[in-house]
Amino acid sequence: MTAPHPDPLVLDGTELASRLIMGTGGLSSLLTLEQALEASGTELTTVALRRYAPGQGDSLFAMLERNDIRILPNTAGCYTARDALLTAELGREALETDWVKLEVIADEETLLPDVVELLDATEQLVARGFKVFAYTSDDPAVARRLEDLGAAAVMPLGAPIGTGLGILNPHNIELIASRASVPVVLDAGIGTASEAALAMELGCDAVLLASAVTRAQDPVAMATAMRHAVAAGRLAARAGRIPARRHALASSPMAGRIEPEGPAGDPLDVPRGDWAPLGESR
Amino acid sequence: MTAITLNGRPHAVAGGTTVVDLVAETVGRPLGPDGAPLDGRRLGVAVAVDAAVVPRSRWARTPVAEGQSVEIITAVQGG
Repeated sequence: MTAPHPDPLVLDGTELASRLIMGTGGLSSLLTLEQALEASGTELTTVALRRYAPGQGDSLFAMLERNDIRILPNTAGCYTARDALLTAELGREALETDWVKLEVIADEETLLPDVVELLDATEQLVARGFKVFAYTSDDPAVARRLEDLGAAAVMPLGAPIGTGLGILNPHNIELIASRASVPVVLDAGIGTASEAALAMELGCDAVLLASAVTRAQDPVAMATAMRHAVAAGRLAARAGRIPARRHALASSPMAGRIEPEGPAGDPLDVPRGDWAPLGESR
Repeated sequence: MTAITLNGRPHAVAGGTTVVDLVAETVGRPLGPDGAPLDGRRLGVAVAVDAAVVPRSRWARTPVAEGQSVEIITAVQGG
């Protein structure tokens, strides 16, 4: 056994060393997906549930098992609480886990959460013993309602799924994170590493992303970047950043500066360093 | 023969076929009476009959009846 992680992510009582949760969608090569997952350092990954097609199904499942990565089944593609309930039940049965990433989508064009159906589904799934990881909008009031209904984690979007627009409402994300007593996972919208770091700096407990890595030109390199970004953002969030200020504040002491000899002459006589273009007269 | 719908397509099974037979045939792995694969690896599959989940422990006791719609699902890349 390795030593316990000093700052683990705790989801439903389970400790994870990585605060990056990766989705598995968007890559046609299972080998590249495996390499990206490994590079990301993730210990939890989402999967969708679909009809069994011969030759397709068990390879993903076997790969995740081989890499000792926990599986979080999602309800992607569900538009109603009723559909989400059946999909969640199938996920629990197939993958032997009570965890479910609850996604109830309003429409195909925006893929935004239908929060009315989401709240309904959350209540019913919690009553059936599920640990609900609720994918939701960036509305702090809805996040609070989900928590009150017993969600195990609240997962607000940064921007619509797959857009890579980053975090469109940082204030709301910060508000959600500061008021929640369950883990807050920034889910969807991340395009690049700085946005994942920002999510953590805003106080999120973890980041869930897929497309940013799987659709990057070099998924393995981007997975590595995300791993570092999430770790860096977490460290920065806890390190106590300096307050932003209007005017400059020198970091070098003013005392003990050298004095120019004699009275100040023509400014052009002041040495300018070695950057002056060759041949330019001083 | 018994005519059913399997994953949205017409399918015929022999009379007396149970869910566990249908799953074993679909995934191409032999299953024990408890629905667990005999190769010792996890199965990663769930079944719904007419939009109701049938727990694995009941597969062997659940016959497939004429006209039923059976869904056999598994994990795929997503999310």
